[in-house]
Amino acid sequence: MSVTLPMYLDHAATTPCDPRVVEAMMPYFTETFGNPGSRNHSYGWAAEKGVSTARQQIADLIGADSKEIIFTSGSTESNNLAIKGAANMYAKKPAGETGRGHIITAIHEHKAVLDPCKRLEKDGFDVTYLAPGPDGLITRAMIEDALREDTILVTIMWANNELGTINEIPEIGELCHSKNVVFHTDATQWVGKMPTNVKTDNIDLLSLSGHKMYGPKGVGALYVRRRKPRIRLTALQEGGGQERGFRSGTLNVTGIVGLGKACELCAQTMDDERERLLVLRNELESKIENALDVVQVNGARDRRLTHITNISFGFVEGESLMMAIKEIAVSSGSACTSASLEPSYVLKALGVGDDLAHSSLRISMGRWTTKEQIDYAADKIIEAVKKLRDLSPLYDMHNEGIDISKIEWAAH
Amino acid sequence: MAYGEKVIDHYENPRNVGTFGTQKEIKESAEIGVGLVGAPECGDVMQLQIKVNDSTGVIEDAKFKCFGCGSAIASSSLATEWLKGKSLDEGLEIKNTEIVEELSLPPVKIHCSVLAEDAIKAAISDYKAKHNN
Repeated sequence: MSVTLPMYLDHAATTPCDPRVVEAMMPYFTETFGNPGSRNHSYGWAAEKGVSTARQQIADLIGADSKEIIFTSGSTESNNLAIKGAANMYAKKPAGETGRGHIITAIHEHKAVLDPCKRLEKDGFDVTYLAPGPDGLITRAMIEDALREDTILVTIMWANNELGTINEIPEIGELCHSKNVVFHTDATQWVGKMPTNVKTDNIDLLSLSGHKMYGPKGVGALYVRRRKPRIRLTALQEGGGQERGFRSGTLNVTGIVGLGKACELCAQTMDDERERLLVLRNELESKIENALDVVQVNGARDRRLTHITNISFGFVEGESLMMAIKEIAVSSGSACTSASLEPSYVLKALGVGDDLAHSSLRISMGRWTTKEQIDYAADKIIEAVKKLRDLSPLYDMHNEGIDISKIEWAAH
Repeated sequence: MAYGEKVIDHYENPRNVGTFGTQKEIKESAEIGVGLVGAPECGDVMQLQIKVNDSTGVIEDAKFKCFGCGSAIASSSLATEWLKGKSLDEGLEIKNTEIVEELSLPPVKIHCSVLAEDAIKAAISDYKAKHNN
């Protein structure tokens, strides 16, 4: 068995560009470099042609019309534009007043959704942050219970970035449409992995990002529904009126061409890829679960994207675990590595105890992940957990039958 | 997090890992003092045990176990090395700043050294408490 190190198993953070994407982009740096806004010469027309092909490729991947695609710098911008843009457009009262309308989201959304919502709270809107069940899911019933007369917007991610869990998006969309509430979904992790049809899935606004699906960083898109209902947004940035006024600024033509190509490739490969990665993930999880006690796979096991797994290893601390497997690139559920000692707020939202939340790894596979890599990673992780448990006073106590939660710890 | 060489050395080859018995045995042994500090929800727990020669008052052996990041493991490993051969009073003089300096800990990891100092103090006071009764 031979694998090359370091090994990348963090595809939910970002993916490498597919070489076919880079190839498609290349001419747009140096030859077809025109500004698509230049309507009066061939340089502009050629660039515009590239953008329009990409717009169609993206629309095809998600079942949209190409006129409904707005290019952005990525999902963070798409989320900001969707959430702030819709809230301000559909506000019940003008800026400066309170009671401007009600928004529903969830506590374990990405920060790029939560922080715009917090901003809107300061700007006079009410926001309900739903808590998921222990399975991490947000259901139609939860939204139904939270809806109010003055609800103007619901924003729920399609698949969670730390867990891969899949929310009841078409169902929530149907509910929103029946109540005339705008529905936005952050589909950053979902698009390109799972079949998507914004029309039949009842989506009004959808965020997607190039670098999560083998496209370049710094480019993404927002789908904005044009019919039944026609969604309007207040623009965040103003200028040349590009993207039908939703997003001024000269288009990132190279990035857009790359995003389009990435979408086309995902459409071709996602079904096979999904099945292949499911087999690998099952193997990884069963290997680990067979070799170690007190491990927990977080989030609804049967409603997850097939390339992501989030596992907690009892009595082992996440950062030291990452250090022990340092040649394997994964994410830790504990944010200890980023200088604040906070365990993952996503895991906490599921009711995972702080001790287990400190001990979790998110492993996410991708287009070029092999069985050999997964076998190697599983063995390394098992070896590292065993080593660290030999060091762990908590594992000793567990084996001696001492209930760790009953000890009076001196918190510091 | 990029670690210094000494942290990595202690992490990869921790000194004096272990315990002098089960939790119950240690509690009952008069020659052993134990310090258990930190909390699982904070992401680090250190257990430091010292074996003291009753007649000379010298720490003859020390062992640790640690649930925590690489710096926490290195800090407790280093503490056991420094404690061996010291008297109880000398042990109490070990300061977290010396651990920070020896391991070149970055500012965000200073709490690991504080925890190690707390563990030393807790183990020594546990030993002393056993002998005052």
